[in-house]
Amino acid sequence: MSQENFATNSPAGASERLPSADPQKGPAQNPPLLEAKELTRRFGGLVAVNEVSFTVQKHEIFGLIGPNGAGKTTLFNTITGLLQPSSGKLLYQGKEITRLRPHQIAARGIARTFQNIRLFGELSALENVSIARHTHIKSTVLQGVLGLPPAPLEERQTQQKALELLELVGLRDRAEEKAKNFSYGDQRRLEIARALALEPQVLLLDEPAAGMNPSEKHQLSDFIRQVREQFNLTVILIEHHVPLVMGLCDRIAVLDFGQLIALGEPSVVRNDPAVIEAYLGDD
Amino acid sequence: MTVDGFFTTYGFLIVSMLLGALMGLSLYLPLMAGQLSLASPGFYALGGYIAAILSTQVFPSTASQFTLTLLLLEMLIAGAVCGVLGVVVGIPALRLRGIYLALATIAFVEVLRVLSLNLEITGGAVGIFGIPQPFATPIEYLWVAVPLLLISMAVLYRLERIRAGRAFIGIREDELAAGAMGINPTYYKVLAFTLGAILAGVVGALSAHFLNTWNARQGTFDASIVYLTSVLIGGTRTFLGPVLGGMVFTALPEVLRGLADTPNLPTALAQFLRDGRLIIFGVLIVLGTIFFPQGLVTPDLFTRRNRSQKQQIQA
Repeated sequence: MSQENFATNSPAGASERLPSADPQKGPAQNPPLLEAKELTRRFGGLVAVNEVSFTVQKHEIFGLIGPNGAGKTTLFNTITGLLQPSSGKLLYQGKEITRLRPHQIAARGIARTFQNIRLFGELSALENVSIARHTHIKSTVLQGVLGLPPAPLEERQTQQKALELLELVGLRDRAEEKAKNFSYGDQRRLEIARALALEPQVLLLDEPAAGMNPSEKHQLSDFIRQVREQFNLTVILIEHHVPLVMGLCDRIAVLDFGQLIALGEPSVVRNDPAVIEAYLGDD
Repeated sequence: MTVDGFFTTYGFLIVSMLLGALMGLSLYLPLMAGQLSLASPGFYALGGYIAAILSTQVFPSTASQFTLTLLLLEMLIAGAVCGVLGVVVGIPALRLRGIYLALATIAFVEVLRVLSLNLEITGGAVGIFGIPQPFATPIEYLWVAVPLLLISMAVLYRLERIRAGRAFIGIREDELAAGAMGINPTYYKVLAFTLGAILAGVVGALSAHFLNTWNARQGTFDASIVYLTSVLIGGTRTFLGPVLGGMVFTALPEVLRGLADTPNLPTALAQFLRDGRLIIFGVLIVLGTIFFPQGLVTPDLFTRRNRSQKQQIQA
């Protein structure tokens, strides 16, 4: 019965519970890398993301879960500039990035993958990753066309870096193959390699395990931890597969109908009545 | 036929084919970034008028022989003017997508045509004629057309392999994903559009001298369709497609005209071969987009043939 009380909580009530769910390491000591302040996105009358506030610390693996239609991908799209927030603020490294366009946000070090994979299907794996080296090549169009320094060196580096990343995700042997011919799991891996090519600070993964079999999912957890260490990354990921999220994430935020209903360490969130409610229904 | 005789007979056609290839490339540039723009003939017409006006009214007419240096200077000026106009037109026009961009660029070409028909400086409906010649015969225009084509092809060859070209291709394949990779779609779309405009302007300046006369019938919607056929049938995935397409489809009407003159041909068929050019191009565009959506010349022709042959051997 107490669960029903939680379920009918107002958003204010929900956010009141949040501090208790926070981990012991106080966010006050380290300024957050990414901070959402009452971020809201409406589509007409529908409030897809409703005054969601959270902070992500550097080097954290931050999970975003919630039932279908909870607004997770909308939140991702708002963070990466594909959608403008209706209200609220987004801070990255202490600076506001709320109204920036997608390429500006990407250039500042926030890279992402897509729920419905958006590779350049007609291009090779190598080309896919090379395109994402864009912001790390400084030579101008003229230098590039005429082959003047530093263009030739940068092109060699681009190729080499792209091959290294393909090696990392285990696709180096297939660098020349078209992305559209890859299996679903390989496409997800390639998309991660492409996002890593931006050398981001923050990597947003939208359902990276979707379409993977159990053993691939297990490998994915290890892989995400590995790249976090290797590239000193902060990872934010949307995932439906609850065991994967619980095992992988340092903290988890739970969205339901656009509202943040819980935020905290996996062990705390797992036992949160409102979360159980959202996932199991309220009868 | 002697070599001299061959060049005298076909000199005009050969140069026309090279100019057609260049115009194919100017349409291909925005298409590289996924933008179907039909503005090239407009910039071509403008470039021609710039050259025609400069050479007949501005440059000293005391020298009876118009020099190559002046021609190159005009091409430079035409390219610069078209480049600036390309940015000015491109920034608002490229907010449109797909067929709406195509329509807006057709409107742009029409605006230029109506302007040139009604302005005094462009000679109205009569146009500008007696444009001075830097060469004695049409075939000598190869001295300019061949280097221009080779340079353009070299630039595009390089462009497909560097940062800017990859940005174009990324936008063509998936604009949203390209943006998420740090590529500024607006900047690169305008850049591709402007490069195409510059090339069209330069070719227009050369064509004005080559054709000796310039009027509002140059660079019209009809021309858009011919160049579009060149690119769509030739190929939209490598610069070689539009080059070959531009040559073939410039020569095609002449070939058809030759066929029409064969004896004992039914009058209706001969008439069709002579005047049905646009119908044939229209049919080719439709058939081409259905059966060869990437055109006839594709990168796979060069890179994947070896592999598929290997696979066949193994199988």
